[in-house]
Order: sequence, then structure tokens, then C-alpha cells
Amino acid sequence: MLSFLTSLVNGLSLGSIYAIIALGYTMVYGIAKMLNFAHGDFIMVGSYVIFIFVSNLGLSPVIAIPVAVVLCLILGVTTERVAYRPLRNAASPLAVLITAIGVSYLLENVALLIFGADTKSFTSVIPWSGITLAGGEIRIQGVTIITIITSVVILLALQFFVHKTREGQAMLAVAQDRSAATLMGIDVNKTISLTFAIGSALAAIAGAFLCSAYPSLTPYTGAMPGIKAFVAAVLGGIGSIPGAMLGGLVLGVIEILARTYISTQLSDAIVFGILVVVLLVKPTGILGKIIQEKV
Amino acid sequence: MTKMKDNKLSFLKKKENVTYAIVIAVWIIMEILLKAGVVSSHLSGLLVPMCYYAIVAVGLNLCVGILGELSLGHAGFMCIGAFFSAAFSQIFKDSLPGGLRFFLALVIGIAFSALFGFLIGIPVLRLNGDYLAIVTLAFGEIIKNILNSLYLGLDSKGFHFSLTSMLELGMEPDGKTLINGAMGVTGTPRDANFTIAIFLLIVSLIVVQNLINSRDGRAIMSIRDNRIAAESIGINVTKYKMLAFTMSAAIAGMAGVLFSHNISTLQATGQYFGYNVSIMILVYVVLGGIGSIRGSVIAAAVLYLLPELLRGLNKYRMLIYSIVLIVVMIINWAPAVLDKRQELMMKFRKGNRKNGTA
Repeated sequence: MLSFLTSLVNGLSLGSIYAIIALGYTMVYGIAKMLNFAHGDFIMVGSYVIFIFVSNLGLSPVIAIPVAVVLCLILGVTTERVAYRPLRNAASPLAVLITAIGVSYLLENVALLIFGADTKSFTSVIPWSGITLAGGEIRIQGVTIITIITSVVILLALQFFVHKTREGQAMLAVAQDRSAATLMGIDVNKTISLTFAIGSALAAIAGAFLCSAYPSLTPYTGAMPGIKAFVAAVLGGIGSIPGAMLGGLVLGVIEILARTYISTQLSDAIVFGILVVVLLVKPTGILGKIIQEKV
Repeated sequence: MTKMKDNKLSFLKKKENVTYAIVIAVWIIMEILLKAGVVSSHLSGLLVPMCYYAIVAVGLNLCVGILGELSLGHAGFMCIGAFFSAAFSQIFKDSLPGGLRFFLALVIGIAFSALFGFLIGIPVLRLNGDYLAIVTLAFGEIIKNILNSLYLGLDSKGFHFSLTSMLELGMEPDGKTLINGAMGVTGTPRDANFTIAIFLLIVSLIVVQNLINSRDGRAIMSIRDNRIAAESIGINVTKYKMLAFTMSAAIAGMAGVLFSHNISTLQATGQYFGYNVSIMILVYVVLGGIGSIRGSVIAAAVLYLLPELLRGLNKYRMLIYSIVLIVVMIINWAPAVLDKRQELMMKFRKGNRKNGTA
């Protein structure tokens, strides 16, 4: 029972990280209507920036994290401007997806050339060692608690932003109908840039928590969590902000439980199996809406 | 005399035949160089991999260029072809002659990858675009992970398999281990060689090019260009999508058979069968030209050999590929760039005409 509770807490922690990534993913997918394959690699970039600042320069994470967030934000907006925007109205929807794969490869290989393929050991950005419950039987790490709290705060902030501010309303309008939004005087380019800015900033935050919980950093650190966060976004219903949170948490718990009780090697296969099942049974996810395809 | 010359020219007039001619020419040149002993052992070791990557690229182009759906799971189909054929060759290692054994292994490998392509296609092809890409990636990873933890043995009582450990197979003492979990398959007979690889490349080319030029091929391309319009004129969308996807998977499986019979230790690692490999093959297809079968073969061969031969370049290989990939996509697909290109072409033509009359 206690080991089950420990797994559950670990699952929620991993799930919160997935949720933070998935929130960015789902916003970009919902508003720009593209699968940003490179989203996971923004996590890796953010983590390396924090790594340099904390481990190499000896600065406090309080400075390092905002710097990483800003750099990722610039990276995200630039990527959209240079690589994705020219292809937004391309004849084939595959064009922008293949370009995003190219961007993902580019970031991984630049990191590989700068930092090498060896694993860097990441210093946790959260010095708090955590709490113990049930007379020392269950230990909850500080990073776990902070991650879960942060993800909830981000969710609430995003919900407020999207529903209560002018910019957020513009995002909803662009997500619903891009040309109608243009007619209403909404600057679509600016709105999509803002979406990428938020998504990439969240990726940097997710990177800080991911590498604090699993402290090994390589150029490929972000790729798998990125893909799994997409699975989480699909599970929760792509385009839905609460859905991304829910999907992330569910996926994290399932992954950790599968790792504990079934098989470490097969846990990835199980996570991807969930994606397949969801898309077959309920392609719109738990909280998603059905969109009819028109001629 | 002149008649014969005409025949020769008309052979090359057909676009497809040029592709066969190129492949055969490369084979003849390489064979002569190999016989002459001027080829380094490093290069001769690259020839079979070059062919199997070209074969997968042809198969993937059928899926991406002709069917119009992006699959990121072709390394998984390659993995299936490799493992099932290797297991077969293990069983009949001593009881069948090399040629027949390889032929049967090929049949087994292709049959299993086609079967999995078909089974995976049933759910996957209900999706399209981004979802299809991500789900094929998921299936590719599932296949790799399962084969990585699969134990398969054969004894007098038949096949035994387990996903946890060798011991759980509970085999008789005379049992033979076919697939040993993460250790993979060891000691597969090296039945593949450059000539066989070239032959299989030509087979895959014949199959794909004939499909494209057939009624079925045109139906598949009409689905790619406008699914709803195709459906409305009575084309069975599901059937043709399944046909193209299954064939594409089977061709990848054929490459897998070559793969497993060209190395002594076969392991389902990410290096050989992860989604990065699927993406690398996609790079070949995109840089060769989406929908251009000949382009895929040439791109796969050049992009595989070039960095391996220029050792200094190897470090920067993927970096260069990724930049080229982005640039090629923007030049070939961005509406604004296409307009500019058209404008330039018009100007160029006008200029030519003026020069011509002057």
C-alpha cells in the first residue's frame, strides 16, 4: 500500500511535468493548428541554459530560471517566424510538420556539438529536501511538491489569461476561425507569436523541473517527454487547457505505475498504447470537442 | 542498325527505366571495382546498408509521396522484418542451403511486416496528418520496445515466448534460443550480399513504380490530392489507403531482412530501429523529392555514403541535414517563395525570348 502511494505521488510529479509541457503543446496545436515537433527540444534548451548558469557559473536558480524562460521564449518566437510562418498556408499539411521535425533535429544537433553526447548531471533547482509522512514511511521530495503546485498555478493563470484578457480572447477567436478573426481586426500573426512565446516559456519551466527530478541531461533529454506530452494533450483533448492538465496527470501516473508493477522496458510501449486506444475509442480525448471536416 | 538504336533510346525514354538503368549501372561499376580490389573494406561494408536504406526510402516514399500520409514508424516495420527473418534463419541454420534459406527468410520477413502493416493500418489509417504521424511513431516505438524484451525459444515441444526472462520460457535442454531479449539475435547467417541487395532494390522499384502507373496507383494519388472528391466518385478510400500502407510496410520489412542477414548481432536498439531512424529515412525522401521514387534512391545512396566516406563531415552530418531539410521545405512549399519562384521563371523566360528574337 505504501509503495503504491509512493508510486502515485511520483506519478503525479511526473504527470505535472507532462502537464506543463502539454499545456504549451495544446495551446500551440489549438491556435496555430500545427504539431510543433520541436517543442520537446525547447525543454532541452531551457535545461542546458539553467545547467550553464547554475553548475558552470555558480549562479542561483532564481536568476537562471528566468533567463532560461526568456531565451526559450525568444527561441520559440523566432522559430515560428523563420521556419513555420512561411509554411502556414502551404498546399500540403505535411510541409510544416516535416519542417518542425527539421527544427527538432537542428536543436538536438547544435546541442550535441556544443555540449557533447555525454550525460551532464543536473543540480536540482529546488534545494528543499521535502517532507516525510506516516512516520518516515513515505518521503515526498521537495521537487515533487513544488512541481505539482507550480503546474496548478500555471493552469489557473492560463485559464485566467485565455478567458479574461483581450489577448486570450483573441487566441480563442484565432483557434476557432482564423479568417473570421482577421475580419474582426485581430492580428493573427501577433496572436500566434504570443502563443509560441507562452508555450516555449512553459517548456523552459518544465525543463527545470524535469531535470531536477531526473538529473541527467543529454541533447535528447527533451525528445521523449515532448512526444509523451503530446500524447497527454491528445488524451485530455487537444486544444483544451484543463484537458492537457488532466491528460498529463493521468499519463504520468500510468507511466510510473506501469514502470513499478509491470515492466520498466515496456512502460513506454504502454504509454503509446494508450495513445492508440484513445484515438480509436474517443479521438477527441477526454475534454475535447468534435470538429467536423468540411469540403 | 538504326532500328536497334531506336529501341535502346525508347527504353530510356520511359522515366522509370532510367531509374533501373542507374541502379544497374551502379551495380556493374561497383562489381568491377570490387573485383579489381580497389574498393576499401570500409566502403564495401557500406554497400548493403546503402541498398537497404534506399529500399526503405522507396517504401516510405510510397506512403509519404503517393499516399500523402507521413509515417514515422517505418523503422519499426524494418525491425519486424529483421527479427522474424533472423529467427527463421536461426531455426534452419544447418538444415537448409544458404540460397533457399535466405529466400524463405525473405518471404517470412516480408509476410510478417506486411501483416503488421495491415493490422496497424486498420486503426492508424482512420487518422490523418499530424495524428497519423504521431501514432505511427508510437507504433514504431511499441514494436521496438516489445522486440527488445521478447524472449523466443524453440524446442521439441514447439515455440516458447516470454516478455520477462529467458528462464520463464521453460525450455527443454535441447531447446534453441531464437530471440534473447535485449541481447537480440546472435549468429544469423550472413546470407545477404551486394548483388542480392541490388536485386531487391530493383524488385522494390518495379513494384512501386508499376503500382504508381496503375489504376490502383492513380486511385491512391487521387485520395492524396482530395480525399472527399475521391470518395464522391466512388473510390474505396479505406481499401486503397490500406493497400498503399501495407505495401509500404512490406517493402520496409524487406529492407529489414537484408539488415538482419548482413550483421551477426541484431538488437532492437534505438540506434537502428528508433524513431530517429524513421526520421533519417524521411530526410532521404524529402531531400530526394517527395513523390519522386528515383530521387529517394539517389538521395538515400548519396546521403548515406557521403558522411561515412568523409569522416570529417560525419560530426556535422545531422546538423547539415536538418538545415537543408528546413530550407528545402521552405523553398519547395512556402506559398510566398513559390510565387517568387514563378515570377523569376517568367522573367527568365521573357528575357530568353527577347534574346532569341534579337
